[in-house]
Amino acid sequence: MGKSLSSPGQRNLIMYTITILPGHDRNGDPEPFEALHLRPGDTIAIVGPTGSGKSAFINDIEVFAQGDTVTGRQILVDGAPPPERFVRDPSCKPVALITQTTKCLADLTVQEFLSMHLRARKIEEGDRIAETINLANQFTGEPIRSGTRISSLSGGQTRSLLIADAVVISHAPIILLDEIENAGIFRDRVITCLKESGTTVIFVTHDPLVSLLSDRRIVMGNGSVRAVLEPDGAEASILRQVTEMDNYLSSLRERLRSGEILSEQVAAI
Amino acid sequence: MKLIIVAGPPSAGKTAVIRQILRNLPKRSAAYLKIDVIYATEDEEIAAEFGIPAKKLISGDLCPDHAGIMVTADALGWAEEEGAEYLIIESAGLCLRCTPYTTQSLGIAVISAISGTHSPYKMAPMIALADIAVVTRVDLVSQAEKEVFREGIRDVAPDVEIIETNAIVGTGMRYLMQMIEGLEEIVEESAITLRGNPPLGVCTVCIGKKEIGWNHHFGVIRRLDDVENLFRGE
Repeated sequence: MGKSLSSPGQRNLIMYTITILPGHDRNGDPEPFEALHLRPGDTIAIVGPTGSGKSAFINDIEVFAQGDTVTGRQILVDGAPPPERFVRDPSCKPVALITQTTKCLADLTVQEFLSMHLRARKIEEGDRIAETINLANQFTGEPIRSGTRISSLSGGQTRSLLIADAVVISHAPIILLDEIENAGIFRDRVITCLKESGTTVIFVTHDPLVSLLSDRRIVMGNGSVRAVLEPDGAEASILRQVTEMDNYLSSLRERLRSGEILSEQVAAI
Repeated sequence: MKLIIVAGPPSAGKTAVIRQILRNLPKRSAAYLKIDVIYATEDEEIAAEFGIPAKKLISGDLCPDHAGIMVTADALGWAEEEGAEYLIIESAGLCLRCTPYTTQSLGIAVISAISGTHSPYKMAPMIALADIAVVTRVDLVSQAEKEVFREGIRDVAPDVEIIETNAIVGTGMRYLMQMIEGLEEIVEESAITLRGNPPLGVCTVCIGKKEIGWNHHFGVIRRLDDVENLFRGE
């Protein structure tokens, strides 16, 4: 990891504990948990089949649901309903959601977009724009330049920029990432960076590596939480193997991209 | 009677926002008027879904905001006869120059979060004269995009209330409903006026002359190379 990754982590984040109170599944039956607490620095993976309610779960957190969403869940911050400014004033909002959408429709250059975001947050520009772009460029293999138009960035570049923005500019203590694996970005670098910065991260994911790198897994089905799993080191051996496999696949991907024919013989699994 | 006027460009989600308002208001407490230029079916859909009195006005050759101004007094009378507590008027959302909001009402501008960073600047009067800007489709954009879009709204209307919503699901609507709860009754119907200034009136194109070229027209017109010269009399 590059040195610049450590700089976002050195800023002090204001920490919050988020509590999720149960709602109901699609049949209206109550969810089988009493309260879920997300503590500062937690990494959590939300898993489950397509349509099982994963995105709805993080959306509840994003909007600080108060029983007013389809799921009926309630979100507390430090044990109480959040103050209105957390929801209404983005500069006070401790949560940043990076959506599944890999396109950003802002009709601005990267530089203008970040500068306007800094202005919205009443932050001095300083070197934040360069810092954000540098961090984003560690998450993606296709370099982002400050003069590029936001709308012409690739899916991976857009995601990388929005994650770097959430860390450097929004400075959000809680980041929600919806299917980070859909875009071409270095997942392990993103996860390491967010962990180092003390951010609470919730991944909606179908990716084994992202799931295994998280401290806890929330399993969804039929619109409700089915189970909360805490492997607590039990999966360490599998994680090592999956990390190796992932590195192997990444190296194959790079070789294929560069136009190689992969002619070596390998043992059947 | 309480008057709610909803404006916003086509496909911004005006009707979706109104559906959420109706879902949260006491049952059968509202009447609904949709104003459009060529085509509208929202009145039938709303009537069927909520069982409330609903009407539409197709303005045809007339400017839809102009049509709205003309019929608003009649519509208030109609809603009163129907026993409604609220009249909700949905504008056609075509004109970015005029605004349909009146005094003694709640003016709501509906804008889509995916309509582009410059869109708030282009519809500045529609936002600046509203009480509330409801930003729809926020579920499709990430936090930074939301904040940048919001900054555009703040640039044109520093004091407007901003409510972000996924209007299909209804997130964020609790704040809109709080403002509707605080809405006051119309005190004196005859004193209701438009909040904004309507555009300068008539030129010969407005009254139906179709010939092309400068020499056929007079009134309030602009030349391409001579923008200061606004008026040409005969």
